[in-house]
Amino acid sequence: MLEITHLIKSYGDAAPVLKDLHLKVEGEQVVSVIGSSGAGKSTLLRCINRLVEPTSGSIVLNGTEFTTLGKRELRTARRRIGMVFQSFNLVDRLTVMENVQSGRLGYISTWAALTRNYPKDDIRRAFELMERVGIAQYANKRTDELSGGERQRVGVVRALMQRPEILLADEPTASLDPKTSEQIMGLLRDLASELNLPVIINIHNVGEAKEYSDRIVGMRYGKIIFDDLPAALGTEEMDAIYSGTPADERPSMGAAA
Amino acid sequence: MSTVQDHWQKPPFIENKLLRYGLYIVVFGYLSVTLVTLPVNWQRVAEGMERASRIFGGAFPPSFERSGLLIDGFLESLKIAILASVGGILLSVPLAFMAAKNISAKPIYLLGRGLIIIARSFHPVIVAIIFVKAVGFGPLAGVLTLIVYSIGFVAKLLAEKIEEIDFGQVEAMKSAGAPFLSTIAYAVFPQVMPRLVGLSIYQLDSNLRASAVVGIVGAGGIGATLANAFGRYDYDFALAITMVIVGVILISEAFSGVIRKRIS
Repeated sequence: MLEITHLIKSYGDAAPVLKDLHLKVEGEQVVSVIGSSGAGKSTLLRCINRLVEPTSGSIVLNGTEFTTLGKRELRTARRRIGMVFQSFNLVDRLTVMENVQSGRLGYISTWAALTRNYPKDDIRRAFELMERVGIAQYANKRTDELSGGERQRVGVVRALMQRPEILLADEPTASLDPKTSEQIMGLLRDLASELNLPVIINIHNVGEAKEYSDRIVGMRYGKIIFDDLPAALGTEEMDAIYSGTPADERPSMGAAA
Repeated sequence: MSTVQDHWQKPPFIENKLLRYGLYIVVFGYLSVTLVTLPVNWQRVAEGMERASRIFGGAFPPSFERSGLLIDGFLESLKIAILASVGGILLSVPLAFMAAKNISAKPIYLLGRGLIIIARSFHPVIVAIIFVKAVGFGPLAGVLTLIVYSIGFVAKLLAEKIEEIDFGQVEAMKSAGAPFLSTIAYAVFPQVMPRLVGLSIYQLDSNLRASAVVGIVGAGGIGATLANAFGRYDYDFALAITMVIVGVILISEAFSGVIRKRIS
């Protein structure tokens, strides 16, 4: 279970990007976070594994408080959170297998990583997962030879190799065509229930969000203003989530509605 | 009021007129003063012309009589160049990572940059003079000189390449909890590898050229042979050496060009 309380993130003296957020995700829930660009979706996700340092607040994953971890503890704790990226962030010049195994880098020694001497269990798990998402035949191909959808599958398998307790996906389908995008969303939903894994997905496509998630969180300028079942997301709520500009939030420019 | 403008001029590079023309005047003024005050002794130049014609006269036809010496010199230069390239590149890789802003902490970054700046600030000939004084005449001084020279070039350009990488891959490794060296090996190294190979080949070629120059101040190789030939007024042998140097450099340049094109 992931529990975020009083999360605040601000850069310098500017108005905070995240304003006192509360969010609780448990079970094998697929949670989609929607909101216009600049609403703080990506910052929220990156605060969870501290790719972005939260300013204050608490983030607890299955009993571990993440915000106070030291450098070394953070490194081992990060293994428990898988992350999938919009631009895949695969290493183009390495093979699919090497990319998949890079999800295990937190577990194996640097020497084993350098010599590509992966444990048998990891190799077996890699083939199982690659088989599951349909990329096993590409194990020895370089990732830059793959299509977008295939590359994101590599990204998903890499994250799952960590045996994570939660999966974060930062706009995993934004670089994909609509059809592939739906396949990846379907895959994430199915894997969540197969592996009993909660998934948080940042997404711009509201249609996909409603179709593939169990719960939708709507963000607007650093606040969560909607948190409910997909069915509860109507036109009115959509307008609230996507209306206005950041300027409206600034008290000094009080002219706006 | 509504006449549309049909005249447009590109705004001048320096907007302030005073500054613009002032700068022109200063530059031209300085150039003419330098030209006028440069000490050129025309009598010496005329004498020099005579000496030059004697040297060139003595150089023709080039003599390949002592080609054994020439080949030995070249083989030594080649050894110097290869050893220096390997050593220089091995040292350049960690230095480049130290000197990459996006990888290293500030103090390490400054140390790395500092070392590279020191390696770059002296021309190989000056470095060679220092090493010849330190370790004596011969190829060892040449190898050490060219190692410093290689670091100045390879480490600097590699560091710049490292600063340009796609950092998303590093973030992916970080978010998987990868330790520092594993992150470097998986997320950074593959991205800069082609550049490193290209730089290494170029540096080997460049070291071969430089080894001829540093030899003249006593750091071994074909340069030493050339300096000796001049010292003994064997201008015909010196011309032969020069011709071979030009030939070898042409070949190595063509060769390295082809390889670099292939890998990029």
